[in-house]
Amino acid sequence: MSLSPDDVKRIARLARIEISDAEACASQTQLNAIFELIATMQAVDTRNVSPMAHAQDVSQRLRDDVVTETDRHADFQKIAPAVEGDLYLVPKVID
Amino acid sequence: MIESSLKTLATMLAGKQISSTELCQTWLARIGSLNPALNAFITVDADKTLAEAARADQMLATGQAGPLAGVPIAHKDIFCTEGWLTSCGSKMLGNFIAPYDAHVIQRFKAAGMPSLGKTNMDEFAMGSSNETSYFGAVKNPWNTAYVPGGSSGGAAAAVAARMAPAATGTDTGGSIRQPAALCGITGLKPTYGLVSRFGMIAFASSLDQAGPMAKSAEDCALLLNVMTGFDPNDSTSLEREKEDYSRDLERPLTGLRVGLPREFFAEGLNSEVAAAVEAAVSELKKLGATTVEVTLPNSQLAIPVYYVLAPAEASSNLSRFDGVRYGYRAPEYTDLNDMYSKTRAQGFGAEVKRRILIGAYVLSHGYYDAYYLQAQKIRRLIANDFTEAFKTCDVIAGPTAPGTAFKLGEKSDDPVSMYLNDLYTIPANLAGLPGMSLPCGFDSKSLPIGLQLVGNYFSEAKMLNIAHQYQRATDWHNHAPEGL
Repeated sequence: MSLSPDDVKRIARLARIEISDAEACASQTQLNAIFELIATMQAVDTRNVSPMAHAQDVSQRLRDDVVTETDRHADFQKIAPAVEGDLYLVPKVID
Repeated sequence: MIESSLKTLATMLAGKQISSTELCQTWLARIGSLNPALNAFITVDADKTLAEAARADQMLATGQAGPLAGVPIAHKDIFCTEGWLTSCGSKMLGNFIAPYDAHVIQRFKAAGMPSLGKTNMDEFAMGSSNETSYFGAVKNPWNTAYVPGGSSGGAAAAVAARMAPAATGTDTGGSIRQPAALCGITGLKPTYGLVSRFGMIAFASSLDQAGPMAKSAEDCALLLNVMTGFDPNDSTSLEREKEDYSRDLERPLTGLRVGLPREFFAEGLNSEVAAAVEAAVSELKKLGATTVEVTLPNSQLAIPVYYVLAPAEASSNLSRFDGVRYGYRAPEYTDLNDMYSKTRAQGFGAEVKRRILIGAYVLSHGYYDAYYLQAQKIRRLIANDFTEAFKTCDVIAGPTAPGTAFKLGEKSDDPVSMYLNDLYTIPANLAGLPGMSLPCGFDSKSLPIGLQLVGNYFSEAKMLNIAHQYQRATDWHNHAPEGL
């Protein structure tokens, strides 16, 4: 398998990372070397093997449905790039 | 003083021979003089450290102190620390003052251990040389032309250069053990789930685990006693009885069965590293251990599997960095999508972007089964290999890294050769097993060599016992770089 510069640009778009044509070409070589390494696992017979998502087989805990957090929105919004009236500001999406 | 064990420091503090304030001043002065050359710390704030030391001195005076109260420690900049810059080695978080403490930080604070500052690291813990840090590479204290390893390279360099008596690290694919090996210190990655990940900036959540880095196994045992414990804020935190990890340190090693995986001594291992590790194994035999050959037939697949799973988890975890709620935002953009794309293009470094792209690709439509699912299945095979191996041995021993420290810049343009440095450490992360590295010699360039121990689940006390007995019989761990 080999990625083209267009493939790299498509993935970068999915990942919301702006990338120039020159960067896409430069990344392509390195990404293909990595995918060559990854490809060695394709030959392994994994029929009847169950996937392992986690190191410990533990199930999600449940807790009582009670409020445990205190209101710290002022602290959290203090470090935001743009805030107004307790709201996070982003560029306008709908006119 | 700077060579003292944590136990000695704690005894001096309890006996009022020295105060925490004096200890912190000593180490802050070391940091002040050595950091310009080594770049081990991203943030040092003497006022904050001394305020914490004053609190520790008060705890000691009122007799409410825990066993390590007053002993200072340095924290990897991956742990959210309230009021401190928590950058994770990235421009993306270059202005992020954490509004809360990670669980690990809370535990060290409750134990009365002042923070000496935040140590440098590869950006978002992605790297094996510390060269991906936005704040510049860390230099290896044994030779400043060489890398300290990564990603906890600042922590390892700080302990090796005696800029801190101990440090915290995190290990997703070897990030505690490999820098510990390359800097000649002792570091332990616990069983997955023993140390809470709450407030530890996520890289690959099913692999990330925090652990102690220090001069000796005994120090690591005491630190692990502070770090571990159930935390309801981490969904994978394990509910277990509290253990004293120092309880077995003095046990003799008679009857211990050490497994030597054939695959860890095969092609690709530097001959000087192989000789030092073999000598260490002979030392364990002298102490009463027997050896048995074991096999981990799927371990050569660990790197390909890791470079599917870790980037996949990373691409998901790092989607939170969007320039909206915290961290960097691009100064100019046209619309919302443009703001995301420019923020992430400018805020992330090359290696982080590379891994996000790999992750986005392997999770994208039509590729999931071939990559992600296949990797998860091989992960099971790798874990099963260890289960088989532990039927005939109590602990696995081998090299931590295939070579000693490499030169700054030597591998930075070749991601694949950089990735291969974690060949022996990644399998333990995939299986969720505890692993540690301890110094076992030097190569002909006087660079440290690490012996790796991998234990069965929850066998940290036994591993620390083995390492401590080895360190009583040898003095590799007492070597420190000269001229610092």
